[in-house]
Amino acid sequence: MEFSRRETLAMGLGAAVLTALPFRVIAAAEDKIAEFTGGADLADTGVELTAPEIAENGNTVPISVNAPGATAILVLATGNPTPGVATFNFGPGAASQSASTRIRLAGTQDVVAVAKLADGSFAKASAAVKVTIGGCGG
Amino acid sequence: MASGVKPRVKVPKKAAAGEAVTIKTLISHKMESGQRKDKEGNVIPRSIINRFTCEFNGAMVIDVTMEPAISTNPYVEFEATVPEAGDFKFTWYDDDGSVYDESKSIKIA
Repeated sequence: MEFSRRETLAMGLGAAVLTALPFRVIAAAEDKIAEFTGGADLADTGVELTAPEIAENGNTVPISVNAPGATAILVLATGNPTPGVATFNFGPGAASQSASTRIRLAGTQDVVAVAKLADGSFAKASAAVKVTIGGCGG
Repeated sequence: MASGVKPRVKVPKKAAAGEAVTIKTLISHKMESGQRKDKEGNVIPRSIINRFTCEFNGAMVIDVTMEPAISTNPYVEFEATVPEAGDFKFTWYDDDGSVYDESKSIKIA
């Protein structure tokens, strides 16, 4: 496979952008976040995402989210073929705005949680997970 | 998919009034993601549980929208407040239109 000069430059540029912004999520995941927040700004505090640093099996990766006072939490896997994972909506009967589940990850990537807080603002947290064996079949 | 789907829920038998209890739920389901292919290279169609809800005496506790990235046998753990004795109602919604129900009652100690 040969690359033209233009392609090589474009790839170099892409790599530079990725390095400069390590937490930059891919476009599809950004669309999902925009859909959820309506384009609002994301604060860095207010939501907690717990995920393992290294997951041996991408088929079941335990994660938990916690956002005191939130009404909804969106979880995204930025490196999956489809970034959506789950949306947790909390009702009046919930004792705490936290939940745990198990998710599939296709490969090493960032998992992102975006919470809609009680005052209508949004907060974001992300965790990098190294996956030894991917969980989306092949 | 209606075969072998079995919901399992763990709720304490009793709690103090106003206490927060941890609830663990699991439903056996293969959660076919729609990304995998069979031996002939045909895509295996998606078949997942796409929504899970829990209510206590009619009040919503949690409503989870699930996507194909949720693992096989979806497991959800969360906390609920128990203001009075009553019933927790758990509902899972399948892609094929099936609805699976489970309920657990809790007493005030």
